Amino acid sequence: MAGTALRRRLTWQVAKVSAVTVETASVRTLTLDVPDWPGHQAGQHLDIRLTDEDGYVAERSYSIASAPGEPVAITVERLDDGEVSPYLTDELRTGDDLELRGPIGGYFVWEPENGGPLLLLAGGSGIVPLRSILRHRERTGSTVPVRLLYSSRTLNDVIYRAELDQPPSGVEVIHTLTRSQPPGWSGYARRADAALLAEVAWPAAAMPLAYVCGPTSFVEAVSQALVQSGYPPERVKTERFGATGGT
Amino acid sequence: MEAVDGNAIGGLLQEVFGIEMTDAASVCESCGADRQVAELAVYLRAPGTVVRCRSCDSVLMVFVKIHDLTCVDLLGLAALG
Repeated sequence: MAGTALRRRLTWQVAKVSAVTVETASVRTLTLDVPDWPGHQAGQHLDIRLTDEDGYVAERSYSIASAPGEPVAITVERLDDGEVSPYLTDELRTGDDLELRGPIGGYFVWEPENGGPLLLLAGGSGIVPLRSILRHRERTGSTVPVRLLYSSRTLNDVIYRAELDQPPSGVEVIHTLTRSQPPGWSGYARRADAALLAEVAWPAAAMPLAYVCGPTSFVEAVSQALVQSGYPPERVKTERFGATGGT
Repeated sequence: MEAVDGNAIGGLLQEVFGIEMTDAASVCESCGADRQVAELAVYLRAPGTVVRCRSCDSVLMVFVKIHDLTCVDLLGLAALG
């Protein structure tokens, strides 16, 4: 893996929020000014640490939403019973400080030389690291063909909707809405299962590389279906984040 | 409680081992399953952080933080790194 950045000691540092973007009713993107950022790879994450007045500390991991070379950004979904996310989505303002460390992870990452074709599968806020990969592909001029299947509850829950509505050349975006669909919806309206993947996934013979990110149930269903359809397990990279986000 | 992936403790592992560990190889002492750390099952809300084998569910690693000290139990692993 990319040597120097990984051997460096991982230390906590204070970043400043430079922008807050509303993505959906419960999702915000925080753009961060990180003074000592060594650069990251598409698909990596960072840890956020909140310390309250009596010293209680809560740490959470968040995928990095921006491409390498872009300002660091995370996209956070508010979990009503969460210890960290409600503060990040509801309280934090531009100019506020935030303690973080990163980048972290060397497994769920993509570089142009890893090739493709790429199959990106997102459940809910699992779209976040995949968006970093999409932007990295675009910024590096990669022509690797991409199919993105993105499962959301409703159209209003789709994160980065405007960006995904204008995909760059070579990127196909396929939505499925599992809970309700707007009138005239022509996309899919069911869970991502073996039958849906048989329609949208690259055939295994094309030697695709798959990245699956979402709630545990989504990741398990999708990754098992891919392996059963002939994808080698080592070509299916997974990232589960527990039963938190909506698909 | 649902498990997340080894990815989720990339920061903790880097703190303990000093290097990026999520793409390191691991071998389960119990069943011999050979997996990258990122693919192991992690329970964040156990007493401490518990990492289990995805094949046989054996406990591979346990990390408990007491103030700034992290106690590490790797006895469930036959090999790491």
